[in-house]
Amino acid sequence: MERGDGNRHKAFTRRLALLGGGQLALASLLMGRMYYLQVLESDQYQMLAEENRISMRLLPPPRGLVLDRFGRELASNRQNYRVVLIAEQTNGVTKTLDRLARVIPIRPHQRRRVLREIKRKRPFVPIKVAENLTWEQFARINVLLPDLPGVQPDVGEGRHYPVGAETAHVVGYVSSVSEADLTGDPLLELPGFRIGKNGIEKVFDESLRGKAGNSRVEVNAYGREIRELARQDGQPGDDVVLTIDAGLQKKITRLLANESAAAVVMDIHQGDILAMVSAPSYDPNAFNLGMSNKAWQALVQHPRKPLINKAIAGQYPPGSTFKMVVALAALEAGVVGPGHKVFCNGVTKLGNTKFHCWRHRYGGHGWVDMKQSIAQSCDIYFYDIARRLGVDRIGAMARRFGLGEALNIELLGERNGLVPSKDWKLAVTGVPWQLGETLITGIGQAYLLSTPLQLAVMASRLANGGMAVRPRLSRTRAPLSDDGGTGAAGKTGQGSDGEDHLAGQQALPMGVSAANLKVITDAMSEAVNGKRGTARKYKLDPKLEQLMAGKTGTAQVRRISKVERKAGGKLAKETPWKERDHALFTAFAPVGAPRFATAVVVEHGGSGTYAAKLTKDIMTEVLRGDPLARAAVGQNGLGGIDGRNGAGGTDNRGNKERKT
Amino acid sequence: MSLGGPMGRQVDLTLLQKLVQINWLLIVLISLIAGVGFAMLYSAANGSIDPWASRQMVRFGAGLGLMLLIGLIDIRAWLRHAYLIYAAALLLLGAVEVMGVVGMGARRWVDLGLFQLQPSEVMKIAMVLALARFYHSLPLEEMGRIRWLIVPAVLILVPVALVMRQPDLGTAVLLLATATAMLLLAGVRLWKFAVAGGAVLAAIPLAWRFMLHGYQKDRVLTYLNPERDPLGAGYHIMQSKIALGSGGLFGKGFMQGTQSHLAFLPERQTDFIFTMLAEEFGLVGCLCLLGLYVLVIAYGYAIAVRSSSQFGRLLAAGVISTFFLYVFINMAMVMGLIPVVGVPLPLVSYGGTSMMSLLIGFGLVLSVYVHRDVVISRRPSYGD
Repeated sequence: MERGDGNRHKAFTRRLALLGGGQLALASLLMGRMYYLQVLESDQYQMLAEENRISMRLLPPPRGLVLDRFGRELASNRQNYRVVLIAEQTNGVTKTLDRLARVIPIRPHQRRRVLREIKRKRPFVPIKVAENLTWEQFARINVLLPDLPGVQPDVGEGRHYPVGAETAHVVGYVSSVSEADLTGDPLLELPGFRIGKNGIEKVFDESLRGKAGNSRVEVNAYGREIRELARQDGQPGDDVVLTIDAGLQKKITRLLANESAAAVVMDIHQGDILAMVSAPSYDPNAFNLGMSNKAWQALVQHPRKPLINKAIAGQYPPGSTFKMVVALAALEAGVVGPGHKVFCNGVTKLGNTKFHCWRHRYGGHGWVDMKQSIAQSCDIYFYDIARRLGVDRIGAMARRFGLGEALNIELLGERNGLVPSKDWKLAVTGVPWQLGETLITGIGQAYLLSTPLQLAVMASRLANGGMAVRPRLSRTRAPLSDDGGTGAAGKTGQGSDGEDHLAGQQALPMGVSAANLKVITDAMSEAVNGKRGTARKYKLDPKLEQLMAGKTGTAQVRRISKVERKAGGKLAKETPWKERDHALFTAFAPVGAPRFATAVVVEHGGSGTYAAKLTKDIMTEVLRGDPLARAAVGQNGLGGIDGRNGAGGTDNRGNKERKT
Repeated sequence: MSLGGPMGRQVDLTLLQKLVQINWLLIVLISLIAGVGFAMLYSAANGSIDPWASRQMVRFGAGLGLMLLIGLIDIRAWLRHAYLIYAAALLLLGAVEVMGVVGMGARRWVDLGLFQLQPSEVMKIAMVLALARFYHSLPLEEMGRIRWLIVPAVLILVPVALVMRQPDLGTAVLLLATATAMLLLAGVRLWKFAVAGGAVLAAIPLAWRFMLHGYQKDRVLTYLNPERDPLGAGYHIMQSKIALGSGGLFGKGFMQGTQSHLAFLPERQTDFIFTMLAEEFGLVGCLCLLGLYVLVIAYGYAIAVRSSSQFGRLLAAGVISTFFLYVFINMAMVMGLIPVVGVPLPLVSYGGTSMMSLLIGFGLVLSVYVHRDVVISRRPSYGD
């Protein structure tokens, strides 16, 4: 043995023990760390691993439908045929796009967008190429699918308004969710989700929307879905059934096609709004599909304001349609009786100011009583009784008939209108009330403002015997069946309350004398059916065997100058459209057993008789379509007041597309 | 056989005798560890032998043959050629600097026409050989002199500096740590280690400023605070810890690891393969593998102590120390104990180069064992 090697061996062994000991310590450190991670902290890491692995995907529920009173679809969900591309499944994106372009048109900008998105997103993410394809295009793609690797046909759901513009102001529309809409509902954050932006779609948005379902999927680190672990289906949105009659709505829309106008048809007992039309209208589908800025600007800047629902947001002086309220106030206050007579020579004086009657040029109406003053719309008579009443008593009666405050219809943007009082004027203008203003309030001018809906409610309350009926647009429950009763007695058990939500809410009497009301309604009938009534030319067709009662109104939009008055007024055709008077007409029918009230306002329509002309056609449609009225005609008598008691099954409406 | 060799027993064995002398238990242990690797690579490929497990098996088979061959070569031949091998390795490392192939952001390979070689792997063996030879020749009495530290310092620091320049922090650390272990075993005074340690600590700010690359600094910072950048540099270590911890005591089952199979775990077939094992087999699986490693290391040190020559002792212990460092650095890295450095789990991680250099190293350990009774003089004659 070499000298010294024994020592070296011993030294080596000692040092190796030292090294081995150190390494053993390090190995223990490793074991301690394993114990810490895999035993002590294991629960936490297991949770983190699950969080990594499992991803929640929201399943948007189908949106509830909006139906008319007969179950016809006003807003539905239409299948949206789309085609998507999955980059990793193609053999060359551009090649596939070229082939696809032979089947469906792909515009250059679409193509650029697809290529851009493919670059940005992971290769397994489907990229939308085209949507809203026709069935034919969609079918062709499906047939050619084997030659189109990476192309996937896909059916989504999109909101669709089958009747479009006709019900746009009532139903409203859906559109993309904006930042301000976010409420914390995760559904709203889904890409492509649509939220109600106007009308019923907005007011009933939450119940239409439904509850989101979810799907727990296993994903890998790149977000690719591996498999579905669990699924919880959402709750579809509830349908909303409206009081609207789509058929009537359509006919009225046609009648008002060339006007800037609004019309409301209302059931005077239930308050059901059978039709609410505002012209011109717009296509709600455009909002859903996405509208160009140009198209939007065109809508906003249109002089006849198609986006405004004039039936609830248009405010017009009621003009002579207000005279019933003034007359009733006088009767109720006992200021005058129905026999009170006034001599009209066309003008009356208050101090130095002259107040004219509209028949001023023909020397006035002569002697008129209350009935004739309404039928012939004599202004002098109403200057007289308004002066006796004072503005505050007129205003109080107006408010009882629904004027001057919002009626809380289930829509946005309803305006209050305006019923002035002495206090109001002092508070707002700082100037005391003038007696002259009381006079012109008596003929529905001055500060008075009303919406067509308010005028319809006013007519309803006059015609239904003084019941404080409130208008409503939604039934929320089953649509009506043919016989006029509520549909299928609970067969459609989708509503949570199970009952028509307003059925129990009977209108309360307003405490107006029935005899006084009869004076007013008789006078309204005289206006249409009497020899000298302002609307005598627009009696209903005698074949209908029913009568309509109503009142014309012509609301000035500017003061008439003395020069003009002397010239006898310009011919309507010479007056610029913007300066013509608004034409108003409120009506109810049938006389004797009234069921329906209408209000029509035509902006710058010239004279109230024009609105009466339109109302004649509208009321004819209403009565023709009403099963109860037809039955009543058949029995040669007048049926019960409550529509639900009606028998006749002769209705020919609503038998198509009716939802069961 | 001019002088009959040095004193003591002259042991010259026939090939058959050598084969009998081969330490088959060590081979069995190594094969067991490699087997664990095959299973994990099979799982990493989602239950497929391709592409990793099959190639790894072929490499292991070839490496095993090479290991036996090296084990049969006389230990004196290794002693004789130690410096030559070291010089060749150094030359290759220098070649990397000049004509290396760039891959994954670093210049680590040289193209030798037939195959690409990673000279830093060769250096791991060559440096052990060179240091073993140097201290074999140095008598214990001379050890105390400072000047005898100069040669090993050069032997160590030149390759470390070259490897750092590639840059390959993991290998540099491994080389330095192996060398330190060998110096310790050779009998260098302990106070010198203290001085060197102090110097290293003092050099850290300088190294930080001038020597470390951006991504290396990133790794260190990320190690110090893994949440610093959870989607970037910290992502790997976070996901690795989640996988490890979620494995629990018994694991999620073979091929059931969600973190690994859903690709949350990066590099699951190479550097993070231990994490995958931990997720699928839990603490029990981890301890089993660690146990196998400890057995190999303990057995390797036993072989070193049994050797009759300082060269053999240092050679075997040096190789085993490297092996230990591989295991420790890789496991500590995936468990978030040390910064992420690219060190594979020996015999388990997918990769040909480290497998080869490890098996060559074990071949040398086998050679030490087979020739355990060969006594070699401090100054061997070059004549025979």
